[in-house]
Amino acid sequence: MRLFVSSCLTLILAAAIGLGATWFTLTRGVAFGAMKVGAWTAWPKTGSVDIDPYARATIARTGALPIGVGDGVAFFARTDDAGNALDGRCTFLVSGATPAARYWTVTLYDPQGRLVANTIDRHGFTSAEVVRDTGGNFAIAVAPRARPGNWLPSGGVEQFVLVWRLYDTPIGVASLTTKEGPMPIIVRMGCS
Amino acid sequence: MIRVALWVLGALLLGGIVHLSTVLAMPTAATQDAYSRLSQRTPVNAVVPLPAASGQDATMPFMDPAFAVAVCRYDLSGGTLKLHAPLSQAYTSVTFYTRNSVAYYAINDRAAGRRAIELDLMTPEQRAQVPEEEDVTAADRLIIESPTQSGLIVLRALAPEPSLMAMARRALANAQCRIEPLPAAQ
Repeated sequence: MRLFVSSCLTLILAAAIGLGATWFTLTRGVAFGAMKVGAWTAWPKTGSVDIDPYARATIARTGALPIGVGDGVAFFARTDDAGNALDGRCTFLVSGATPAARYWTVTLYDPQGRLVANTIDRHGFTSAEVVRDTGGNFAIAVAPRARPGNWLPSGGVEQFVLVWRLYDTPIGVASLTTKEGPMPIIVRMGCS
Repeated sequence: MIRVALWVLGALLLGGIVHLSTVLAMPTAATQDAYSRLSQRTPVNAVVPLPAASGQDATMPFMDPAFAVAVCRYDLSGGTLKLHAPLSQAYTSVTFYTRNSVAYYAINDRAAGRRAIELDLMTPEQRAQVPEEEDVTAADRLIIESPTQSGLIVLRALAPEPSLMAMARRALANAQCRIEPLPAAQ
């Protein structure tokens, strides 16, 4: 009897541990081979046949189609450079240099990967349309209310994700080294 | 006490096995992956433009809204597939995904080097049947092997500014993918 009860408890515990670990890893988007630059993280292998089982399970669950390595690479940011969560009620300034690429785009999503509705129908910028100063530098203000210059509305959502995609870039394709080049810095300016 | 510790250790080991097997089984068990989502709204072996990602209603999560996107959901059981994708003025790419959303090949306009991306998609078995001499004469013919019989081809054309989206969509509207029936076995 004692053996039976112990076995049952063990099996229940095993199922809880196993399924709990799966749920935890898949909702957090765990993957190997992360390339970190400042607040940004990319997983170049997720866009190739070398994709790891965790990333495979995650994209199967969410329905996403990862960007292929021959196409480009996507960097995700969920916090600013100081580690503060990207809160849509705060103002963040994204500025600095980008690695070599023919084109880049930056897009704001909610944590589920949906675009955030806003009045001016602006969800991101491309390298061709962003307004630059005379030195060729740019600054994008991610804020709930209108800003002069490059304003990316965050719609006041509790948490948002920025995705920086580099197209036709040597990063992640040939290199896969630690020499990634600079990425824009994200600084929190204040919260309303 | 040691008995309890042993039971817990057993549970941990078993839990690890449960965890690994569920992670590995997820791609085949998932019902909301990209292929399943697209099979509800696209025909097979035809290029279909996807509606612009907007607000809460997107076909797939984390789509780049700066791109016009078209999809060819292919099934190679009836023959090999011919893809023709004209290039837009800014940036065009074609990415191939297996049935389980693994990106196994991607090519962009510069790598293609011509005015259109043209290639043949076939399974390794169909590739083996391609006559040897034909393979040689058509040296510039780009052949891609699909690891799975069905899958997705995603064509993306960049609109560098929102006003150029119509141009990007027009470029993709001329893209084609069609099945070429296999020659009768000799």
